[in-house]
Amino acid sequence: MSNITNDEVDVVIVGLGWAGSIMAIELAKEGLKVRALERGPDRPPEDFAYPKPADQYAYAIKNKVFATPRDAALTVRYNDSETALPTRKWGAFAPGTGVGGSGLHWTGVLIRPTTTDLKLKTYADHAYKRGSLDPDMRIKDFPFSWEEIEPFYDKFDKICGLSGTTGNLKGVIQPGGDPFEGPRSSPYPLPALHDTYNSSLFAATAKKMGYHPFPNPSANVSQAWTNPYGAQLAPCNYCGYCSKYPCLNYSKASPQTTILDVVKRMPNFSYRANANVIRVDLHADKKTAKGVTYIDENKNEVFQPAKIVILSSFQFANVRLMMLSGIGQIYNPLTETGTIGRNYAFLSNGDATLFFKDKHFNPFATAGATGEMFNDISPGNFEDGIKLGFIGGAKIHSSQATGAPIGTSLPKGTPGWGKGWKEGMVDWYGRSMKIGITTTCQSYRGHHLDLDPNYKDPWGQPLLRMTFDWRQNELKLQRYLRDIVLGIAKELGPDSISENFLALDSHWDITKYVSTHNVGGAIMGDSPRDSALNRYLQSWDVHNVFVPGGNAFPQNFQANPTATIGAITLFAAEAIKNQYLKNPGPLVQV
Amino acid sequence: MSKDKFSPSRRTILMATAAAVPLVSVPVYRAARADGLEGVELAQYQPVFFSAAEWQFLLAACDRLIPAEGRGPGALETNVPVFIDQQLHNGLGDDVYMAGPHKADAPSTLGFQGTFTPQQSYRTGIKLAQQVAQQKHGKPFEQLAPADKDALLTALQKNEIVFADLGEPGLKASSFFNQMLGDAKNGYLADPMYGGNKDMKAWVAIGFPGARAAYTEWVDQHNVKYPLGPVSVSGKRA
Ligand SMILES: Cc1cc2nc3c(=O)[nH]c(=O)nc-3n(C[C@H](O)[C@H](O)[C@H](O)COP(=O)(O)OP(=O)(O)OC[C@H]3O[C@@H](n4cnc5c(N)ncnc54)[C@H](O)[C@@H]3O)c2cc1C
Ligand code: SF4
Repeated sequence: MSNITNDEVDVVIVGLGWAGSIMAIELAKEGLKVRALERGPDRPPEDFAYPKPADQYAYAIKNKVFATPRDAALTVRYNDSETALPTRKWGAFAPGTGVGGSGLHWTGVLIRPTTTDLKLKTYADHAYKRGSLDPDMRIKDFPFSWEEIEPFYDKFDKICGLSGTTGNLKGVIQPGGDPFEGPRSSPYPLPALHDTYNSSLFAATAKKMGYHPFPNPSANVSQAWTNPYGAQLAPCNYCGYCSKYPCLNYSKASPQTTILDVVKRMPNFSYRANANVIRVDLHADKKTAKGVTYIDENKNEVFQPAKIVILSSFQFANVRLMMLSGIGQIYNPLTETGTIGRNYAFLSNGDATLFFKDKHFNPFATAGATGEMFNDISPGNFEDGIKLGFIGGAKIHSSQATGAPIGTSLPKGTPGWGKGWKEGMVDWYGRSMKIGITTTCQSYRGHHLDLDPNYKDPWGQPLLRMTFDWRQNELKLQRYLRDIVLGIAKELGPDSISENFLALDSHWDITKYVSTHNVGGAIMGDSPRDSALNRYLQSWDVHNVFVPGGNAFPQNFQANPTATIGAITLFAAEAIKNQYLKNPGPLVQV
Repeated sequence: MSKDKFSPSRRTILMATAAAVPLVSVPVYRAARADGLEGVELAQYQPVFFSAAEWQFLLAACDRLIPAEGRGPGALETNVPVFIDQQLHNGLGDDVYMAGPHKADAPSTLGFQGTFTPQQSYRTGIKLAQQVAQQKHGKPFEQLAPADKDALLTALQKNEIVFADLGEPGLKASSFFNQMLGDAKNGYLADPMYGGNKDMKAWVAIGFPGARAAYTEWVDQHNVKYPLGPVSVSGKRA
């Protein structure tokens, strides 16, 4: 082990997932010398040629391309009075690692939040009587208007080749799309994926019942696509190995397929894999960073000097790096002082599985994002939440992200092993469909992140500690959604239904996968008093540090996060190019 | 959605078949590679992780977890024990965060908080299960009648056998059982390259086409049973 200092660069990027890759190409195109550091291995596309990813055990069970808990665990507790315990195995969420990050093996549902979702605090203040919501709730508005951010959603849609059906074009509602979506400046770049049997049954029934189903907006491209950077994607062939797998067909928008192939050819861009950044190095006054320090594959400690530091290492890894580097002050929920770690939020799932003796769903013939959903039950679109005293909603959907057999659901009462289990598999594999919910999740005073006093990573640094549990607001929402889902399920007339929703006394179960849609912890806002970043994702405290990722969301909406991560990252890149480079310093004055 | 998609003619099926085949048709070299663990005969297999005595327990336990009787192949017919032996030998569980302190009485919703690796769990679990078989029946597990084997496995699953009473407070019988059951199911349903699911028999039984991974012609054929048998990653067909 020795100490090495690299040549200085204009921009160092920590983590090469979606956020890091977007920053890399946007800033490299501006002529800056950009270097990305990625803790995991390189993952070139040839590693994923057919048939390698067609392997459920390696990719979906053993998480072949994910970070291991051994290297990337955090600790969890339900409230501040408890001792947190480590996530020794992944369960509720599972972060990626390696070039491409989670964007290599995500599902590809690329959907925007609604205009109300972005201004939730304003909506709550207007729609709910004072005092009718949990007094510990700390929801906030995003610090920009729909009109300001929409062009960046539009750009990210085009980077990915978004496939789907337009619902609102410049304020005009379009048939077959989501009537609740915010106005788009241009239609979806590509038509929707084809519906699998489950989604067509679901959509027809939901429509009959008065809901407004539309095809899941998808970054698994339905047709050949050339994106604004000149990268080409091939039509998805519904291979069935999508969510948790790298794409074997160049069809899923990933950092590799849409950005990295292009930026790697630029002489002013370089990257290092197996480079684990352990801190951002600050100048003595803590107002600017001078670079970052990483451990390379030979265990050398390397200092990388840089004029601008981009932390794009995923939501909770970003928060942890800020804390380990002394950027800003760690949040204290008692005094509500400090900004790093506040407004952490996760989300919940729930579903009903419908079994039909006489139907073949061929669940393997599917793409990650195939499915239909509706957005009728989202804030501002229905009144019951106000009456019942909760705020929030869900996308309600029937999707079929994968159909490989390990983990197949079997009807209630089927034995877990022995002859009964085996014959259950023969009788029921391919004969069920799910109707699911993906919910909003609000932020609360007591839900936060800080550094764990007891547990360390293999590099000797404290693990991040997560304090989180379900609140009545989220549990009441689950019970409400359950009735809707079961109503649709019964209408479909299956032979049996099994259900999986949270009860009013549920605690967060970290053992069951929900999704890797963790948000908050270093949020964007209008004031350094209660946010870590300004609207350009710039640290209020250290002005040459920018922190794109889900960490910037003040609470979680029912839409999947990556469209918004893409949009705010592009918005921030634009501000760096047009404003910061000319006049380095805080971009928002308070 | 046009009506004819729901009732494809014989011709559509043939066309889909013809279209699907070239995408997965296998270069000869790949078929030749499909030996290794896929070609193993269980009776001749020499375990690399398990001792000879432990292996007898594992064979007998797998035979009850996924038995031969009834429809569909059993665990022994599909080399499930080979899969488990290979996985343990190759470091199953190396990815787990194991640093202490450990809290044994943590709520189950906070997940695995134990100190036993899968390897240690099998070693200890088999030893203690055999101890119980001897105490109760005077013979090793593998020599018990099927109903007695099932009863003992059930007692492990439900923690009615208390490992702490047998001198091992660090491991619950249920966590040993669940590890073994999970691994058995994985071996039954995983690609045959890992040693289990011999000749893709489990996939044939349930109707899963394996690594074909190209269904453009099939996504629209609603409620029609997919007609082709499975292909493995190595390019073998069943
Ligand atoms: C299975 C799965 C399915 C998903 N499906 C969807 C979906 O359908 N729709 C959707 O919107 N979202 C989905 N997501 C979430 C989506 O993948 C993330 O929102 C998105 O990838 C986040 O991008 P990011 O760039 O912030 O982080 P990441 O993609 O996680 O990239 C961060 C990178 O930083 C690296 N890194 C971390 N720490 C360090 C360090 N100290 N030094 C150097 N490098 C570091 C990591 O290794 C990683 O490569 C899914 C996620 C998963 C896991
Ligand atoms: S389903 Fe489509 S996008 Fe997904 S991995 Fe397969 S080919 Fe790629």
